[in-house]
Amino acid sequence: MKGMNPLPDPFSTWFSARGWTIHPHQQEMLEQADTPALLLIAPTGGGKTLAGFLPSLVDLAGGAHAGLHTLYVSPLKALAADIKRNLRVPVEELQLDIRIEDRTGDTPSGQKRRQRADPPHILLTTPESLALMTSYEDAPRLFAGLKRVVVDEIHALSESKRGDQLMLALSRLQALCPDLRRVGLSATVEDPGAIAGFLAHHPDPCQILHADPGPDPDISMLKADAPPPWAGGGAAYAIPEVMAQIKAHRTTLIFHNTRAQAEIFFHNLWLANENALPIGIHHGSLDRVQRSRVEGAMQRGELRAIVCTGSLDLGIDWGDVDLVIQIGAPKNVKRLVQRIGRANHRYNAPSKALLVPANRFEVVECRAALEAALAHDLDGEPRGPGPLDVLCQHILIRACAGPFDADALYAEIRSCGAYTSLARAEFDECLSFCATGGYALRAYDRWQRLQHRKDGLWQLRDPRSARLIRMNIGTIQDTDTLKVRLRRSRGGKPLGEIEESFAATLSPGDTFLIGGQIVRFESLREMVVEVSRDAARTPRIATFMGTKFASSTQLSQRILQSFQQNDWPELPAHTREWLHLQRSFSCLPEPGRLLIESFPRDRREHACIYGFAGRNAQQTLGLLLSKRMEELGLAPMGFVATDYATLIWGLEPLTDAAPLLDPAALRDGLDAWFQGNALMKRTFRASATIAGLIQRNAPQARKSGRQATMSSDIIYDTLVKYDPDHLLLRITRAEAMRGLIDFGRVEEMLALIGDRIDLNRLPHVSPLAAPLFLEAGRTPVEGVAQERLLAAEAEKLLAEAGLAGSLLQSGCAEDRTTR
Amino acid sequence: MNAYEFTFLGVALRALGSGALYWPDRALLCVSDLHMGRSVRHAGRGAPRLPPYETRDTLMRLETDLARTGARMVICLGDSFDDATAADTLREDEALWIARLQAGRRWVWIEGNHDPGPMGPGGAHLADLSLPPLIFRHIARAGEKGEISGHYHPKATVRSRGHAITRPAFLLDENRLILPAYGTYTGGLRSRDPALTGLLGTQALAILTGPVPRAIPMPR
Repeated sequence: MKGMNPLPDPFSTWFSARGWTIHPHQQEMLEQADTPALLLIAPTGGGKTLAGFLPSLVDLAGGAHAGLHTLYVSPLKALAADIKRNLRVPVEELQLDIRIEDRTGDTPSGQKRRQRADPPHILLTTPESLALMTSYEDAPRLFAGLKRVVVDEIHALSESKRGDQLMLALSRLQALCPDLRRVGLSATVEDPGAIAGFLAHHPDPCQILHADPGPDPDISMLKADAPPPWAGGGAAYAIPEVMAQIKAHRTTLIFHNTRAQAEIFFHNLWLANENALPIGIHHGSLDRVQRSRVEGAMQRGELRAIVCTGSLDLGIDWGDVDLVIQIGAPKNVKRLVQRIGRANHRYNAPSKALLVPANRFEVVECRAALEAALAHDLDGEPRGPGPLDVLCQHILIRACAGPFDADALYAEIRSCGAYTSLARAEFDECLSFCATGGYALRAYDRWQRLQHRKDGLWQLRDPRSARLIRMNIGTIQDTDTLKVRLRRSRGGKPLGEIEESFAATLSPGDTFLIGGQIVRFESLREMVVEVSRDAARTPRIATFMGTKFASSTQLSQRILQSFQQNDWPELPAHTREWLHLQRSFSCLPEPGRLLIESFPRDRREHACIYGFAGRNAQQTLGLLLSKRMEELGLAPMGFVATDYATLIWGLEPLTDAAPLLDPAALRDGLDAWFQGNALMKRTFRASATIAGLIQRNAPQARKSGRQATMSSDIIYDTLVKYDPDHLLLRITRAEAMRGLIDFGRVEEMLALIGDRIDLNRLPHVSPLAAPLFLEAGRTPVEGVAQERLLAAEAEKLLAEAGLAGSLLQSGCAEDRTTR
Repeated sequence: MNAYEFTFLGVALRALGSGALYWPDRALLCVSDLHMGRSVRHAGRGAPRLPPYETRDTLMRLETDLARTGARMVICLGDSFDDATAADTLREDEALWIARLQAGRRWVWIEGNHDPGPMGPGGAHLADLSLPPLIFRHIARAGEKGEISGHYHPKATVRSRGHAITRPAFLLDENRLILPAYGTYTGGLRSRDPALTGLLGTQALAILTGPVPRAIPMPR
């Protein structure tokens, strides 16, 4: 086959008319058009998408195909729309009779109906929309004749449950269309084999094709006049230099790790924007209308800079971006490299990127990440077996499409890489969960969701339940958010969303930032946060869960090693001085030892534990140690973990670390205690929603108030109490142990340090601990401290309101026992 | 057991941390909105099959409160069952459990919007019950004095040093007392909701349930 040119004439003419030559990997994709599964690894700007579609276009140019030919799946709705635009160019210029349409959650229902009756040749969609399509009874007709599926940004999908759901849907399609060819398009990754295994239709293999990776990027640290602050994520100190960079480039993407940081930075950037350069903001919590306005302006080249988050991580081609600025430590080398690839979408031109540490610790982190990126030392951890909550949803989706045979479905599922080792017993349990809830107490024989028919097939008992199942398809977990609107008589302009938990802490008059504006909280009406514009100088920052990157182990280890140097000539002077200051005020963490600092701040006591074990293990350490502190009477109130340390606050000071870290005491009652903690409940909520035990969407929209809505914590507590072996609790434990909990790493660390623990009692916060105070994602400890605070607060409130000693109240019998 | 003691129209009452109300002089325990049988009713309507344990959990907590207070009279303040058929389709062991709790006690089921009309288990079925100066009914009525009701499932939030603590709560002013929902599978309505701020005066208290019940000015 080599050397042959299968590019038919109209295409080669079109290429040369544009002054292009076909890239070797595009040629290779054409030659391997019949390979059952093919993974292309190419840098951004390498003509990856065209490479994926070229075989389809060539095949369709023959004009013999009727119906759906190629399905394109991407993680972003916007990407589907963008590809549609780009793909129409060659199709129109070559005058090909090819219909290309997209279908996402935003597609009007009339168009969706028409697509089902008369599918286009090429359909661009998302994993959720595809799962929904497979749930229709007419799915076999819709997908009849489907030849190719192209999975874009597969490196991102392979890391998430959305990817697992997609692969399960593909197993369904493969059963409907046995000759279906699979193509995956991926950015540079550390383990292409793992992604190939993810894409393959097992036991068939998946070939891997590597495009030329192109030149190394041009990465450096931004040099700023002012030193970064001790703590914080705003990087406000670097605003003048960032502004200068924006002026010196055509279009700059300014990446942030969190939405909150993007908001602050955007606010500060505008305060310094004397020339009124067009600068926009883009993140996942902004209203969709606002976001698409920014996207449009960007594509038309009207913006000089866009302050953004992971919402712009993936492949939309923004054309003229010539500089990427990363604010804050990148946390993950692979993601940094992919972000940098967003600059300069021309093949074989180096991408230009600047790193801007937001505080002094991040100077060290950025330096380590930069070195790792230049050394091509990408990070990543293998994912475990396929999650069972996604599997439960898949079974329900399958049931919506019509009666099914359990053996056949089990075989289909095992063709997915993540589920090849799924045991029959596990599958049967998921099936039983879908059918009756899987409870030890049989209560739903009358109300089974799935019925086992006499002929051996399974079906929905009540066909109407398909509607509810379809309404709740998907694995993306939006935390409970509330819409924010400007207050007007008939509902003002929507601004975006904030988390319900943040909204709960707002009192009328409080100000916060959203979409770069300062707004004032007015009221909560019918689950909408109403605000007005405000000119306050110091707004609060809304907390967004968003995507929070866990720093890779490899990066943490690089940092810990660099602390051991006597001096740090490669770092800016202020950071060198800071590390020296930490060394003289307290000390720097060392490999093989555990440093703990204890100090008072802001009416609370704090303990900072530098484990360098990665965010998840540090989080678990927070859980374990706060439990011990509760037992030791230190009244912990909450903690926050980063990749390198855990900060726990409470009412009493830590003065002796030995009893705290006694391994036997730590393990004692661990299971029982884990069951009660907030992280398990958070994990349960996610899994129970995916598995269909909790519905995000119901036919009737939420009525006034939330009287009917019951917290998922209640369901969790009830299961723990009455059905501790229930499938969903086991899923939750497994998820938490590898996700939020990662207990193995904690034990590893404890074994490594032994009794080499250094406790430094300090008069105030240390230089190294300061950044932790601005970390989001705090976990409250429900213990004695909460009761103490509630008591104090209640007393204060009553006194303020002049209600203390009123007629209504005749005293509190808190310590008396009533009999 | 911890309780918040207060006087309401001259009657000494105790708000228990569990969400039950105790009237010591009459040895009377009042609980509202038990919503027994909710999981099965939801499943029948096509909603997810929730863990079917809410009835036993609710009864377990009720049994504990009865034992601790030594109550001789019980008022269930409406919505005791999640619908009119729930009482008849109770599991046999749960029906027996209710009968056991009723033994030797005066037991009154007040009608609620979920369970209007008489139902299976023994005890008296009433639209409301007057025990002067107090009157017990399910849904509060405007202009009443000495009224004890349920229905709204009130909850209230306290903020302290960056924490927001939300608990089911009793709402109390000089004219009325609204009980939190006692049932295991029940959500809550914020005290700020107009439905509640419209019923209670500006001097109202919210008594948060929990290990130690605490009173605060009702957040509105």
